[in-house]
Order: sequence, then C-alpha cells, then structure tokens
Amino acid sequence: MKLLTHNMLSCHIKNVRNGYPFLIEVVKVSEHEADFDPGKLLVRAANHFLKHIFPRINWPAFLQGAQSLGCREGLPEEAAESMLEDEGFLKRFHHALLEVFLEEGSLVCPETGRKFPVTKGIPNMLLNEDEC
Amino acid sequence: MKLKELHALMQDIAPFRRAKTELEQYPTGPHLASRLLFTVDNSYDEFAGRTVADLGCGTAMLSIGAALLGARHVVGVDIDPDALEVAAENIQEIDLVLADVRALPLTQPLLQARADTVIMNPPFGTKQKGVDMAFLAAAFSVSLHTVYSLHKSSTRDFIAKTAKRDLGAASAEVLAQLRYDLPATMKFHKHKSVDIEVDLWRF
Repeated sequence: MKLLTHNMLSCHIKNVRNGYPFLIEVVKVSEHEADFDPGKLLVRAANHFLKHIFPRINWPAFLQGAQSLGCREGLPEEAAESMLEDEGFLKRFHHALLEVFLEEGSLVCPETGRKFPVTKGIPNMLLNEDEC
Repeated sequence: MKLKELHALMQDIAPFRRAKTELEQYPTGPHLASRLLFTVDNSYDEFAGRTVADLGCGTAMLSIGAALLGARHVVGVDIDPDALEVAAENIQEIDLVLADVRALPLTQPLLQARADTVIMNPPFGTKQKGVDMAFLAAAFSVSLHTVYSLHKSSTRDFIAKTAKRDLGAASAEVLAQLRYDLPATMKFHKHKSVDIEVDLWRF
C-alpha cells in the first residue's frame, strides 16, 4: 500500500468521529521505482500528476505516514504550491507518495485503536458485525 | 494505444480461480474489458495521469487496463481475499484494499484525495437485490469527476431514474451496449455460454 492510498483511507467503524488519518504500524516496508527518471519522457507525465494530486493531499496525514514508513526526510513541515517548481522537492514527494510500500503491518484507528492488518501490501478493512 | 495492443496486453491477466456464486463473480474477459476501456479512453481520456478506483475489482482486470492506459494511481477494492490474491499476482503497481464496497472506508467527506475516475463492473444484483445500486452510491461518493459502470441493459430505465433522482448524479448516459459473453462459470448455468446485454454507463 502506497502513502497516496493511506491518504485516502479513514476508519469507517460505526460512530467513529475522528478516524483519520490511520496510524501506521510497520513490520515491513519495500520500495519500487515508479517512472521518475529525469531525462526520460516519463518524468513530465510524473511531474504533471504530482501537480494534479498535490492540492488534494492531506499534508499532515502524509507527513505522519512518511514518518512511519521512514521516508519523511526532506519533506517540509508545511506544504505550499510554490514547492512544486522545485525539482528536488518533487523527487522526494514522488518517492514518499508512490514508491514506498507498506508490505506488512497495521493501520490503527486513531480514535478506537482498532487495528486493520496489512498483509502482502493489502489492508484488510473488513468490519466485524458489531462495527457496522 | 490501439485497441489491438490493449487487448493483447490484457490476454494474460489471470481470472478467478473459482468464481463465487454469492458474489456474482462473472469474470470480465479481456475482450469485453479492453473494448470498454478503449471506448472510455478514446472518447474522454479520463485514465491517463489520473487516480482511478475500481470497485469490486475481482482479479483487477479493469484496474490493470486503466493502468495500461496511463492511470498514475489505481486502487482496487474487493470483499473477496481470494480474488485479491490473484489480483496481486497479476500486478504489483496497483493498490488493493480488502473491503466491503457497500461500507467503504474511502468515503468520509473530509477526504479530498478521492479518485478522479471510478471504473467498475459491479454485481448485477441478481443474487442480492439492490447491490448494484449500493455500488453506484459508493462510486459517486468516491469519485471526484466521473463514474463508468456496467449494468444489465434490462435495468436501463431504472438506473437512469434512480441515479439522477436518488443518488444525485448530474448526468447519466449509456455510452455503448456490449454483449457479455458469459461462459458457464457457475454451477447453475445449464447452457454452455450465455450472452447478456450490458450497458456501459457514464455518470
């Protein structure tokens, strides 16, 4: 699971009010390259996507996730549109958002502490009957 | 990308190991899926550079197709761990979430990082009445822009009315009618292969 997906998920247990963002418990993280290689045509498409998605990212949730997955370094405390002109920032943003994967671990609801296990990269978000 | 190329790339995507009747796991074959995706891509260009969600993704045929057409981030959601296991073997680049689409953890209104486009082939609701509309409702809450979905042609009038009146769709349009060549994947199918007419909707 990528941090972009983590940014989209919230705890959906009945009556939970502050189920966002999930805390991450890490057992195993992996990295895969995702089409960001300066000098290639793909870099333009990748940059374009980063600019497209940036305004929708919940930055504090992203930073918190990046901290847990060990890719927080070089990401600023506050996010501003102007940073998107900085090639170095784009690289780090791209890396943390799309190239670092939570393979094994848990997503933990910040309100209830309920753990949703992540196995082979897939979070199990199925609820028990009394949670629906 | 040309339709022929897309079709060829999608040939090798593994189907369900054993389709589950109760989940209406009709496999979307490469023929149907490539045509459907090609139609969308060709007319509206809503995959390239986008985030895409595939609800009830099964073995991720549509997710993979969307990724092949340039989607930068694809999330496939399904309730069946066995299907997701096959999906994970099919492709590494898409994110898979084990969840009940009818109670989706992606739908909280505070979230801004929702999907640009939803593409899905939901259960038709023949086993569980209303599940098709529950999927549509979930799709509307996840999608920032457009929803593409397959439904039986026999439900066309109902879908048009319900999507607008009850689910708040701004527009509802049938883009194409496709023939779902349903091989006898499930035990109760007596005939060797059954054709079902389905509509590709754009909301």
